[in-house]
Amino acid sequence: MAGKTLYDKIWDAHVVAEDGGEAILYIDLHLIHEVTTPQAFAGLRSAGRAVRRPDRTLAVADHNIPTEGQDLGTAGITDPEAKLQLETLGRNTAAAGIEYFGMGDIRNGIVHVVGPEQGRTQPGMTIVCGDSHTSTHGAFGALAHGIGTSEVEHVLATQTLRQKKSKNMRVTFTGAPAPGVGAKDYALAMIGEIGTGGGTGYVIEYAGEAIETLSMEGRMTLCNMTIEGGARAGLVAPDQTTFDYLRGKPATPKGAAFDMAQSYWKTFFTDADARFDREVVIDVAKLVPTVTWGTSPEDVIAVTDVVPDPAAIADETRRLSAQKALDYMGLTAGQKITDAKVDVVFIGSCTNSRIEDLREAASVVQHAFLHGRMVAPHVRAMVVPGSGLVREQAEAEGLDAMFKAAGFEWREPGCSMCLGMNPDKLTPGQRCASTSNRNFEGRQGPGGRTHLMSPAMAAAAAIAGHIADVREFL
Amino acid sequence: MQAFTCLDSRAAPLNQTNIDTDQIIPARFLKTVEREGLGRGLFHAFRYDETGAERPDFVLNRAEYKGASILVAGDNFGCGSSREHAPWALMDFGIRCVIAPSFADIFNNNCFNNGLLPIVLPVDQVNALMDEAKGGNHVFTVDLESQTVTAPSGKTYGFEIDAGRKEKLLKGLDAIGETLQHAGDIDVFESKRAIGQPWLELA
Ligand code: SF4
Repeated sequence: MAGKTLYDKIWDAHVVAEDGGEAILYIDLHLIHEVTTPQAFAGLRSAGRAVRRPDRTLAVADHNIPTEGQDLGTAGITDPEAKLQLETLGRNTAAAGIEYFGMGDIRNGIVHVVGPEQGRTQPGMTIVCGDSHTSTHGAFGALAHGIGTSEVEHVLATQTLRQKKSKNMRVTFTGAPAPGVGAKDYALAMIGEIGTGGGTGYVIEYAGEAIETLSMEGRMTLCNMTIEGGARAGLVAPDQTTFDYLRGKPATPKGAAFDMAQSYWKTFFTDADARFDREVVIDVAKLVPTVTWGTSPEDVIAVTDVVPDPAAIADETRRLSAQKALDYMGLTAGQKITDAKVDVVFIGSCTNSRIEDLREAASVVQHAFLHGRMVAPHVRAMVVPGSGLVREQAEAEGLDAMFKAAGFEWREPGCSMCLGMNPDKLTPGQRCASTSNRNFEGRQGPGGRTHLMSPAMAAAAAIAGHIADVREFL
Repeated sequence: MQAFTCLDSRAAPLNQTNIDTDQIIPARFLKTVEREGLGRGLFHAFRYDETGAERPDFVLNRAEYKGASILVAGDNFGCGSSREHAPWALMDFGIRCVIAPSFADIFNNNCFNNGLLPIVLPVDQVNALMDEAKGGNHVFTVDLESQTVTAPSGKTYGFEIDAGRKEKLLKGLDAIGETLQHAGDIDVFESKRAIGQPWLELA
C-alpha cells in the first residue's frame, strides 16, 4: 500500500464519523471575525443551539475597522453598519464565552496574523474560519481552510465540519532564489502556472529546498495565496523552523508539555512512498520579481516584461476577458509594466503584514533614503501592520521611524485597503501597488486598479512613483 | 434550508470566466447582520455605472431576462472569498441555479448549504445552453430528481451530483441537525483527544 501524504494523515486523525458520503471532521480551532458570523450566531439562537467549544474559538475584529483612532473602540467608528457588525460580534462572543480581541487590544489584528502569533495555530490541527485566506495557517502543517457562514454555524454548534476529501497535489520549489525574489514571487509564479482554477478540488502541499529554507512568514505568504490558485488549503510539513517559531508563544504548551506536543507534531509529514494526484515543479532560481497586470491573480508577468497583447490569445472567452482586464486597468498592450505610474502603495494584508514583511520593505526604503530618495510626491504610501503586536515589534525596531521619515503613513492594524469595506479605499481610477492577494475589479474600492507584488517591490514602487524593479534598489 | 426539486425558468447567459465573489457581491455590501436584502448588491458593478445609473446592456438588466432564475456562466464561477453573501445575494435576487463548466470549491459548498443548485456541465454543453439562452424568451427546465437540464429546443443534458448532497437539497435538510445525530461520536472523539493531546485543553 502506498504511503500517506501529510494531508491524508491530518484528515485521518480528525474523522469523527462517516455520514452520507461525507466525513464529519473534528475542528481543533475555529477563528471568527465580524463579517461572516452575525448570521451564524442568529441561526444558532433561532434553533436554540449553544456553542459547543467556546474554548476552541477565538474572535478578532479586522475587516471593518478603521486603521486610526482604534483606542476609541467602536465609539470611534462612523459607519453605522460596520459599527453594528462589530458590536454584534462583541455581544455574541460575550454571551457564548468566546475570547475576543476587540479593537484597540494590542493582540488584535488580521485573523490570519493573530492565530499564528498567539501560538493558537499548531501543526497537525484542523483550523477553519469564515474567510478564504484561512489557508495561511497551512504553513504550520495544519489543515486550514475557509468556510461559509452556514458552515461557521455548523462548527459553532458541533465543533465539526462535514467534508468530502480533496485530491492531493504537490508543488515542489527547487533551487535558491536570486536577491529580490521571495515567497510572494513564488506564489504569483505558481498561480500564473496553474491558473486560478488549477488547484480546484485539491489540497496543495509545498515542498522542496526553497520551502525548507523559507521562514515561517514566507511560508504563510505562500499558503495564504493558495486559495488564489483555487485550492482551499495549502500545507508545509512542520520542521525545526516551525517548532522554533512556536516555542514561547502565548498559547503554545510550556516545558515538558511542549516536548510532548513536538513529538506529536513530528508525526505529520508525507511518507516517501506517498503518491500525489498532481505534481508541479517550480525552479525558484529562474524567477524574477513578479507583478500582476490584470484583474485576476493569474495575470502575472515579470517586472521586466511588457503588458501582454490579448490579440495573441486564441480562445475567444479568454481573449475578451484579457481585453476587458486591460481596459479596466487602464493599460495598453505592449507597454512596459514599469511605465505604469502608481497613485497609492499599500503594504499590509494577511499576505504581507508580518514583521519580516515590514523589515523587507523598510530595508528597501532605508537604502533609498540614504541615497536621498523619499516616497514620490504624487504617491500616497501606507504601511498597515497585521496586528498590534507586529506594530509594537516594528516600533521597537525603529521601522516606523524609517517609514515615516521617508513619507509613508504608519497606521493601526486591520485588513485596511486589502478590501474596500473600511475607510481605507482606492478611489475610481487610482492605481495601487499592493502587497495583498486579490486584484479583482473593485476589490480595493470601486474602480480601483490593483497590482499585486511583494513588500520589497511595493516599497520600490513607492519611491519610484511607478512600478519598479526592486533589484535596482538593493 | 430551502429545498430544490424542479425549476422552470428563463436562463440568463453571462459569458465570462473567473467571475469572482467580489464581482458577485462587492465587499461594501457585506456590512450586514442579515441574510436578506443582499440582492441589491448583486453584480453591482455590472448592473450600475459609476453614477448609479443602470447599464442597459447588462444581461440581468434586460427586459427579456427579467425574472430569470437560472444563470449560465463561464469557467471557475465564484472564485475568491468565502463570503456566503454571494449565494445569499443570488438567491435574494431570485437565482436558484447556476450552470457553469466549473465552480470554486468554497462557493460550491455555500450554494449547497443554501438550496442554490450549482450544475457542472462540459464547456461545449454550457456554450450550447448559452446560445439557447440568447433572446431570453424561453423556458429551461432543471430537474434535480432526474439530474437533467432541458433546453428550450428540447435537448436534454444530464449532470452529475453527489448522492448525499442531492438528498439534502431535495428535502431541504438541515446539516447541523444531521450532524448532531452523531453527538455521541463527537463526545468520544473529544475524550480521546483530551488524553492524547492534553495541551489543547489548556488554552
Ligand atoms: S487582509 Fe484581506 S484577504 Fe486577509 S483576511 Fe483581511 S480582507 Fe481577507
